[in-house]
Amino acid sequence: MTNSWTDIRNTDLVVIMGGNAAEAHPCGFKWVTEAKANRGAKLIVVDPRYTRSASVADYYAPIRQGSDIAFLLGVIKYCIDNDKVQWDYVNAFTNAAYLVKEGFTYQDGLFTGYDAEKREYDRATWDYQIGEDGYVLMDETLQDPRCVWNLLKEHIAIYTPEMVERICGTPKDKFLKVAEMISECSTPTKTMTSMYALGWTQHSKGSQNIRSMAMLQLILGNIGVRGGGMNALRGHSNIQGLTDIGLMSNLIPGYLNIPTEREVDYATYIGSRGFKPLRPNQVSYWQNYPKFFISFMKAMWGSAATPQNEFAYHYLPKLDLPAYDVLRAFEMMDQGQMHGYFCQGFNPLLSFPDRGKITRSLSKLKYLVVMDPLETETARFWENHGEFNDVDSASIQTEVYQLPTSCFAEDEGALVNSGRWLQWHWPAQNLPGEAKHDTWIMAQIHLRLKKLYQEEGGKFADPILNLHWPYADPGEPTADEIARELNGYAVETLRDPNDPTKVLVEAGQQVPGFAALRDDGSTAAGCWIYSGCYNQNGNNMARRDNSDPDATGAYLNWAFSWPANRRILYNRASADLDGKAWDPERKLIEWDGEKWAGYDVPDIPPTSNPREVGPFIMNPEGQSRLFSRGMMRDGPFPAHYEPFESPVVNVVAPAIRGNPVARVFESDRESFGDADEFPYAATSYRLTEHFHYWTKHVWVNAVLQPEFFVEISEALAEEKGIEKGGWCRVWNKRGSVHAKAVVTKRIQTLMCDGKPVHIVGIPLHWGFTGAAKNGMGPNSLTPFVGDANIETPEFKAFLVNIEPSNGPATA
Amino acid sequence: MNMEISRRSFLKGAGAGVAVTTIGAFGFGEAEAAFVEGLRPYKLAGTTETRNTCPYCSVACGVVIYSKGDIEQGTAEAIHLEGDVDHPTNRGTLCPKGSALLDFIKADTRLMKPKVRRAGSNTFEEISWDEALDGIVRHMKDDRDANFIERNMDGVPVNRWTTTGFLAASATTNETAFLTYKAVRSAGMVAFDNQARV
Amino acid sequence: MTINVNPPVAADTTMQMGPQDYIRRSASSVPAPARQLEPVAKLIDVSKCIGCKACQSACLEWNDLREEVGVNTGVYDNPHDLTPNTFTLMRFTEWVNPETDNLEWLIRKDGCMHCADPGCLKACPAPGAIVQYSNGVVDFVKENCIGCGYCVKGCPFDIPRISKVDNRSYKCTLCSDRIAVGQGPACAKACPTKAIVFGTKEEMKAHAAERIEDLKSRGYSNAGLYDPPGVGGTHVMYVLHHADKPSIYAGLPDDPRISPLVEAWKGVTKYAGLALMGFAAAAGFVHMAVSGRNRVTVEDDEEARRLAERAPGAAPLDPSKEPSA
Repeated sequence: MTNSWTDIRNTDLVVIMGGNAAEAHPCGFKWVTEAKANRGAKLIVVDPRYTRSASVADYYAPIRQGSDIAFLLGVIKYCIDNDKVQWDYVNAFTNAAYLVKEGFTYQDGLFTGYDAEKREYDRATWDYQIGEDGYVLMDETLQDPRCVWNLLKEHIAIYTPEMVERICGTPKDKFLKVAEMISECSTPTKTMTSMYALGWTQHSKGSQNIRSMAMLQLILGNIGVRGGGMNALRGHSNIQGLTDIGLMSNLIPGYLNIPTEREVDYATYIGSRGFKPLRPNQVSYWQNYPKFFISFMKAMWGSAATPQNEFAYHYLPKLDLPAYDVLRAFEMMDQGQMHGYFCQGFNPLLSFPDRGKITRSLSKLKYLVVMDPLETETARFWENHGEFNDVDSASIQTEVYQLPTSCFAEDEGALVNSGRWLQWHWPAQNLPGEAKHDTWIMAQIHLRLKKLYQEEGGKFADPILNLHWPYADPGEPTADEIARELNGYAVETLRDPNDPTKVLVEAGQQVPGFAALRDDGSTAAGCWIYSGCYNQNGNNMARRDNSDPDATGAYLNWAFSWPANRRILYNRASADLDGKAWDPERKLIEWDGEKWAGYDVPDIPPTSNPREVGPFIMNPEGQSRLFSRGMMRDGPFPAHYEPFESPVVNVVAPAIRGNPVARVFESDRESFGDADEFPYAATSYRLTEHFHYWTKHVWVNAVLQPEFFVEISEALAEEKGIEKGGWCRVWNKRGSVHAKAVVTKRIQTLMCDGKPVHIVGIPLHWGFTGAAKNGMGPNSLTPFVGDANIETPEFKAFLVNIEPSNGPATA
Repeated sequence: MNMEISRRSFLKGAGAGVAVTTIGAFGFGEAEAAFVEGLRPYKLAGTTETRNTCPYCSVACGVVIYSKGDIEQGTAEAIHLEGDVDHPTNRGTLCPKGSALLDFIKADTRLMKPKVRRAGSNTFEEISWDEALDGIVRHMKDDRDANFIERNMDGVPVNRWTTTGFLAASATTNETAFLTYKAVRSAGMVAFDNQARV
Repeated sequence: MTINVNPPVAADTTMQMGPQDYIRRSASSVPAPARQLEPVAKLIDVSKCIGCKACQSACLEWNDLREEVGVNTGVYDNPHDLTPNTFTLMRFTEWVNPETDNLEWLIRKDGCMHCADPGCLKACPAPGAIVQYSNGVVDFVKENCIGCGYCVKGCPFDIPRISKVDNRSYKCTLCSDRIAVGQGPACAKACPTKAIVFGTKEEMKAHAAERIEDLKSRGYSNAGLYDPPGVGGTHVMYVLHHADKPSIYAGLPDDPRISPLVEAWKGVTKYAGLALMGFAAAAGFVHMAVSGRNRVTVEDDEEARRLAERAPGAAPLDPSKEPSA
């Protein structure tokens, strides 16, 4: 989230699209009902299903899953055509006026530079024209045909209301009503918030779904302001934290990158990160990258990271591929290229697409380690459960370890919420049985592996042997110790560079924040963006002062928000070019002639002159991007692509299947289906009564929603002879599931490109362990396809067929 | 509006220490807490209140866990759980999942002992932690030593261990996450991912 | 361990309510209480409800209830009905508004309404099995319950359920054990969107008025408060977007009132008590209670008059008079 849950109270319009906040985030949705009740805010829900969010919406419009980009570009076109643009914001804070290189075009659904063989683009032309002074060329009058604004207008010209209806199935009058309501937020005194979740990410073009809305929000002037923003509702309690700390194949904590093998040494690695400002006087904060990187290396390898060995640069793995994401990991397993796998609190047998492939892949492992507080289907993937897990145990040679871990009630530490708040929690009970904390388990694995290398030697053991392990009890590091490490500390005494007699931080003491980090090895910090969370003032994540002056929703003294305790990102954009709040009623920070101050920690150096330094300091432009240069693999503008399995062809570019640069493995292509064989558009989702595959273990939640079902319209039920509450079978090339049928008016048949499209909704909460009834889930049916940029599986749009059935053979 | 909102006023004057509900403080035992006709004894009397965070979605609602026993003595056990009224986001509320967290903590399918399933077997067998951990690191080292890529064809040190992967959790703490990061990255593992996408 | 920085927030557990506050006790008389507790109410704003079932979950947890894991029958309602363990239940209705042709998903939290004029209590022949406090809470005292089921018959909302396990009657207590220590009901506390709020009845009515105004501004011209006078008003009230049509909300009675049968029976039990009850009357009543309908019909009224006339000690009922508290 750019903003926070409690900030939603400040909005005038909530758009829930690509998510279902009432259902998946009920207590966060509270702030929508507060805004409605106290500010008269309106709620729009755009979704293939009339959801629980829709049940309390002021306006609901249906949409076919996987067509959101067409809808959103249609809204952008509506706003531009009707002059519903916050011009001062667009002119001052976006790259609308930047000139784009001559070679860049978009034609027949493709941008310049496509290589069909490699399924990737040469992105050389996707960039600005740069002048001789090294700064970007601009036309502030927006007249130049090569300026971003004119290219954008040209790019979206096809997304008329008629085209939106044709692609999305949203009736034109409903689309226009939504567009009109949204466009009203183009005034400086009205703002809209976007609340989205996996309904946008789980597509082969998920990142571009989000970009489309982000662009709309920029055009309306809604980024950086109270009650506005792009608010990704993260799905798990600490998936924000796990991502911040870089537990991904290509990340280093704090959104730094693992080097690629082309970056043969540290100088090349740092040199290839061009953070030179593209505009005069801009703050380009990533110029501090080396400080954050080297402080991380010091946290990892302590005294073994020295200037002489490039701070242990070669201890890091170097990637030969963009990412070893989970789809690739299972593909490698299936190809026999992976032998061991750890699942820490994770249940891939039910979580990843094409369950048949997942079972096949796990069966090829030599060893599998599962750490979890609960039984998981993954830990028992080798166990036969009839139709619910039809495997031959004897033929599976995988050795499986199941390790019992603590759960939240026994844990201490911080979780990062969707609004980037690091909140500390305390243990309420002792560990049950022989369960252990995850920290103990990870420490034991590291220490025992290290011991083996010490005793036996082996392949390049230095990074293991020299791993910095500064814990009082090496076998059981405490949360407090690790939290201090994440914040960072002075390795050597830090002195004021302008006055060396002045000591800033004594050696061994916590640094106050990331501004104190250095690139000479004198500081260490596990995750720079968290710096400040545990500083000289103690554990700021444990702060519990819930005062909120003037009820802005900021809660600056509650816990700690990264970065630097900032609650709303890009908050300098809440004020105009002179530093005055766009909306005096919703003042956030303002320029008082000397500095920025207000209700939040300014997201700009506090003394930056408002007419000189742009609000988006993480971009070398200092401004936001309507045109994203070469940052996205699938285009600098979003474009409509159908899902890989779609009931209709892409009317914009009929020859293109799916997103042309999406993650697809050749071995999976034969498992894709077409609409003639599998005519129904399926989607998957959570229900409010359950959380993933955990709450089926919880008796109460099993009571509230006991059994696997699918949802279909009355029209499809009648056509197929499926009875409400009766059994049906849903299948495609990848699998087949039996489910109870919920026949509902909440799902309607959509007309797309002249063709009726029936939707099949498949919730995801059942398996073969726990208190709920045994059942299957959508991942038996979903395709092994990933988003072009971040490889998120396309769980939200695929094809199935459906028929009445007698239920599973073994109920 | 709700009576318990008034509890917010307690915050400012709160001193250190874990809360014990006042009936306990008054010296009543739980059985005699409120034995009057028709009224169930208030079941939280004499319990310890601990602040925690709901482990499900990213709203990260504040919860209060009510427990009996003493955590330092190893006897603490949760008996009830409710929303934390002081928490700015959820203000004491909880969804149907959060409201039932006690049944998560005490689920029949909570794991209690390390187990191993041997190749081709159709059952788990209990093992000790030492056996489990030693077995795991043996697998790791054998696999790493057999498949570790020290340098690529150009002679550049690449330190890739591609044949064992690690899926990190979604509900563990930052502190677990960083310790996991250290252990996994130092071994050179690249197929490292989390639950961000699902 | 940094547990010592975890600040305490102590619940006020001083008992603020007890038998001294009874204003009614089934099949018995109570002395007038020395004090009047502030009347309380739970307000359920159907227009803010997202049907998440947090109320059901919190109710099961607070009251240590265990319901059976059921099956899906093609709807979201689970369990499918109130039971001795399910005191509250979300009922879902897919309703197409004939005026707008738009679908509306009406979600109503069902459960005891805590009537000011409680039909269950009046019907109950077991002394002290049902009590009413001066703040409006109507509570079942299971130790005194004989499982006859008359409360079921007496309830115009079809709420109480008899347990097959212990043959006693159960329903929502309004969390009397929480109210007694100054807390609101578990459902109201949990409710994520504050569709359920709890406070004094006056506060709740004022809050409802604000909500109704907001709804009217959004085009719900018939928004209103459900506090039905036929049962003397209730201590659980609804804000409905379509208050002119309560029954579209999964059969919420348009105009609930206590059966005249119960009014008559009230006369029997109050003065005669169970021991003096005539055999014929008892048999007839039991038959009605077990096999009868929960909605008041003309036949019920006739039956009531007949039974009442035959019951020893019963005062004749004036058919022209509406039942009163």
